[in-house]
Amino acid sequence: MIPAAFDYVVPRTLPEAVAELVKHGQEAKVLAGGHSLIPLMKLRLSTPSFLVDIGRIGNLSYIREEDGHVAIGALTSHHDIEFSELLKNKLPLLTSAASQIGDPQVRNRGTIGGAAAHADPFGDFPACLLALDAEFKAVGPRGERSIAARDFFVDTFTSSLEPNEILREIRIPTPPPGSRGTYLKFSRRSQDWAIVAVAAQVRVTGHEVTQVAVGLTGMGSHPIRASGVEQALRGKAGHDDELRGAAERATDGTDPPQDLNGSPDYRRHLARVLTRRALEQVTAHH
Amino acid sequence: MAISQMVGASIKRREDPRLVTGTGSYVDDIPQTAVVHMHVIRSSEAHARILGIETGRAKEADGVIAILTGKDLKPEFGAPLPVTVCFVPDKKYPNHYPIAIDKVHYVGEPVAIVLATSRAAAEDAGERIEVKYQSLPAVLDIEKAIEKGAPILHEELGSNLSYDVKFAAGDMDAALKEADVTIKQRLIQQRLIPIAIEPRGVLADFKTFSNKLTVWSSTQIPHFVKVWLAVILGIPESNVRVVAPEVGGGFGSKIRVYPEEILTALASRRLGRPVKWIEDRNENVKATHHGRDQIWDVEIAAKKDGTVLGIRPTQWLNLGGYCSQFGTFQVLGMLVAQGAYKMKAFDGRAVGVFTNTTPTDAYRGAGRPEATYLIERVMDLVARETGIDPVEVRRKNFVRVEDQPFTTLLGLTYDSGDYTTTLNKALEMVDYKALRREQAEKRKQGKYLGIGLSTYIEICGLGPAAATQAAVGVSLWGMSVVNVHFTGKATVIIGSSPHGQGHETTYAQVASDVLGIPVEDIDVQHGDTAIGPMGMDTYGSRSTALDGNAVHVSATKVQEKARKIAAHLLEAAEGDVVYENGKAFVKGTPSKAVTIQEIAVAAFQTSRLPKGMEGGLEATTFFDPTNFVWPFGAHICVVEIDAETGATRILRYVAVDDCGTRINPMVVDGQLHGGIAQGIGQALFEEAVYDEAGQLRTGSLVDYLVPTASDLPSFELAATITPSPVNPLGTKGIGEAGTIASTPAVMNAIVDALEPFGVKDVSMPATPQKVWALMHRNGGTKR
Ligand SMILES: Cc1cc2nc3c(=O)[nH]c(=O)nc-3n(C[C@H](O)[C@H](O)[C@H](O)COP(=O)(O)OP(=O)(O)OC[C@H]3O[C@@H](n4cnc5c(N)ncnc54)[C@H](O)[C@@H]3O)c2cc1C
Repeated sequence: MIPAAFDYVVPRTLPEAVAELVKHGQEAKVLAGGHSLIPLMKLRLSTPSFLVDIGRIGNLSYIREEDGHVAIGALTSHHDIEFSELLKNKLPLLTSAASQIGDPQVRNRGTIGGAAAHADPFGDFPACLLALDAEFKAVGPRGERSIAARDFFVDTFTSSLEPNEILREIRIPTPPPGSRGTYLKFSRRSQDWAIVAVAAQVRVTGHEVTQVAVGLTGMGSHPIRASGVEQALRGKAGHDDELRGAAERATDGTDPPQDLNGSPDYRRHLARVLTRRALEQVTAHH
Repeated sequence: MAISQMVGASIKRREDPRLVTGTGSYVDDIPQTAVVHMHVIRSSEAHARILGIETGRAKEADGVIAILTGKDLKPEFGAPLPVTVCFVPDKKYPNHYPIAIDKVHYVGEPVAIVLATSRAAAEDAGERIEVKYQSLPAVLDIEKAIEKGAPILHEELGSNLSYDVKFAAGDMDAALKEADVTIKQRLIQQRLIPIAIEPRGVLADFKTFSNKLTVWSSTQIPHFVKVWLAVILGIPESNVRVVAPEVGGGFGSKIRVYPEEILTALASRRLGRPVKWIEDRNENVKATHHGRDQIWDVEIAAKKDGTVLGIRPTQWLNLGGYCSQFGTFQVLGMLVAQGAYKMKAFDGRAVGVFTNTTPTDAYRGAGRPEATYLIERVMDLVARETGIDPVEVRRKNFVRVEDQPFTTLLGLTYDSGDYTTTLNKALEMVDYKALRREQAEKRKQGKYLGIGLSTYIEICGLGPAAATQAAVGVSLWGMSVVNVHFTGKATVIIGSSPHGQGHETTYAQVASDVLGIPVEDIDVQHGDTAIGPMGMDTYGSRSTALDGNAVHVSATKVQEKARKIAAHLLEAAEGDVVYENGKAFVKGTPSKAVTIQEIAVAAFQTSRLPKGMEGGLEATTFFDPTNFVWPFGAHICVVEIDAETGATRILRYVAVDDCGTRINPMVVDGQLHGGIAQGIGQALFEEAVYDEAGQLRTGSLVDYLVPTASDLPSFELAATITPSPVNPLGTKGIGEAGTIASTPAVMNAIVDALEPFGVKDVSMPATPQKVWALMHRNGGTKR
């Protein structure tokens, strides 16, 4: 379990880092927290011959609110997200997801940028970012571009980032007051990857569901928006039977995988149960 | 015995400061210069003929010193790997060499070794080795392996059957005839992977001109490894030294002589340099033996009042690709499957089978968890069938105090035990009656509480020399040397080889009480064959019952000699002198005493010794008890099952254990905590899974789920103390009890919770998906 030989640089600025990526082409990989990449390298499932460690580039770890958005630097650790006061108030969906990732060591090292770029279909942040309509700011040789969440997660371990692009920031529209979010994750042990998880962000205004976004983890080769649930609930009053009915549609258009922990059928069942529970939780006391 | 102070005291473990600060020295920390690193190329095929191994390109890689295959090494093996009798003297098994020679029988079997200047260079070169295999059909399943026409692993044996033997007494047919209730049930012991936190590792240093070999190995059995290295390598045993430095857990997985111990030693002899191999987790999950993997079929004869008349169990054991050294030790499960109960008939059959999987061998409990799972599930099956509370079924069948020492149908005699008292205590702790009421209430609300019992007994403390010689093939004694130095401090050398059990602390406590030397002034040494006579090492919860008592006996011998020297110094008659708390004095005049320090000085000065007495203050003991020891207890697990997801949550876990005298109750609790966790692991989480081609699907800790602290409840522990009559300290083993007891307690609780759904058995591990499927197999309708 020793990685194949590789070279390694520690650029101090984003442009330097991009230049290194351009120079080394397909052979190069960005290294952030290393908690997905290094395990793959140790198993020699990934054998980059060049690592660009972005970990010491300044100003890439932050959480701030600006122009109606919450901006999160790509190098922000899961731990910092879990304990952010700002996020606790504005985006509890993210703090709740962060608190359920791996164990404290993983949360101290892993970064949200790495988690997004890695695009693990069982990763916890992707479904949240999809549900929150996040925007991904990436820097490449031709400058910066912005990618919408629905275009970002392409396939298993595949995001729409180019190999020579670096994710710099994730921007999330600040949910309006009264909007509530939660992440319900079902796994066999506390630190495991999800079998299925549900990210829900809902706003009930008066007696009307004015916002509903549901993201699913573990239900396909990438995170999925449960659009059937959203359609069924939008504009409704949010009564129990409506929540239940909407949750039944969590499996619309999904193609869940089969593995040791769950068959596709079991996953579909879990998706419906967890969606209902998540909806109940975020609409409680309305 | 002198007034006991240290025995019974929960002093902190002296091992822990160095372990928790990372200053302990494991194999990989042993400093050596000019070390050559070994990387083992392992079979990627479950069953194949080796047509050729192309090493040319690899030999040219940077840092490579040598590459050796089975063909290269075969002439150097003086003997195959050892296989011990272990209850089945007439089994068939193949010769098993440390490296495959022309055929492979499981994924992970060594096929070549790369020796290089660094592990990284060795692994890089390893990628360039091409092994040409002719794939053969693989057989993984116990039952399929003995079907007609199944692919045969070892042609020379004619079939995949190693043995098929009976262990029977009493008339089972008569029992079945007398029975009101007969039940047949299949119980599956899934394959487990032991997962010690420190995988194995070996450093071998062969000195060319002196012909001496030193091996540091992460092993439970340095003394046995020494013997076998000498035999297999053809070196005089006196020239072999084996050291077990810090060993980061074993759980039985480090109890055998392993291929890599032989391979590093051979390589070191060839190269004249030290050779190191450190197992990584990738290898560990397939190269270190697995545990369990048995099917138990049982037929039960009972009366409608809950009396069990007899059982007819068959144990189908998957040995894996070879017969491991203690591979058939698991047959012990058959010998002790009667548990804490009286019955009239026992009709056991044990069958061992080869398949294309990693060999199985001892894993924490080795046979007793299987036996306990069987008999404790039997009690609950009888309870369900007769409608009698599981507590009452147990009470009805218990061996009572007045029956002790009780002899089982198969002829084993329990040393002592009061099963009713531990059960009553556990019931009181959980408030059993209130729990049953709560369970009934909750069921009405669609909530599923389950209560599971396990009133286990176990055999351990291996064991009387004659009995173990007959059963296992080796005479197992306890060994100790107690040596009081010039200054009155003492060194204790033990034959056990702790790897987490805390012997350095607890044995110092034992010697301290006998000698009256402060515990801090007693050093306990172990795990090095150069420091003492033959030890029998650590497994089977044997150490304290054997070596701990050997320490007591040696210390008593030393005390006796000290008393004689003191009598001489006090110019008193020997018979008038007493020894207490580190002082000797004439009875009635404690003010005129000589201390152990003064006695120790005298022991090294001929002028002050009684005439004709040898100098020194030292004693050696090979302790042989009169019987095995039989700990017991009652565990109760309370679970709640989420009806929507099938997830099991343990609400309470209560354990009342009796391991006789507790030398250090905190250490005992520590053993129980770890043991219960491992038993819960088998019940809820762990399972080694192969695909049809024999590739391990649970090859990493992402897929092979070992429970962590956050997945477990707080354990509520209590004790009863029934000293063992078979050793002077009155101790019984506790290293495996938690694992033995807990698995059936959890599974009985789950089956109990699912009673409204008509579920009578759940196979392990009780995954949420499996439990959910059982609850919904009739569309979720209740019985
Ligand atoms: C034991 C363990 C348990 C875990 N459990 C969970 C869990 O329960 N849930 C969960 O979601 N995750 C889990 N993880 C994964 C963890 O969250 C990772 O930290 C995360 O997925 C990747 O972040 P990283 O910063 O470590 O990325 P790295 O490992 O450094 O990189 C991952 C990939 O992303 C690329 N990359 C990283 N940053 C950027 C960037 N800014 N721009 C472009 N490309 C980039 C890298 O090139 C690489 O391909 C676990 C990891 C471990 C080791």
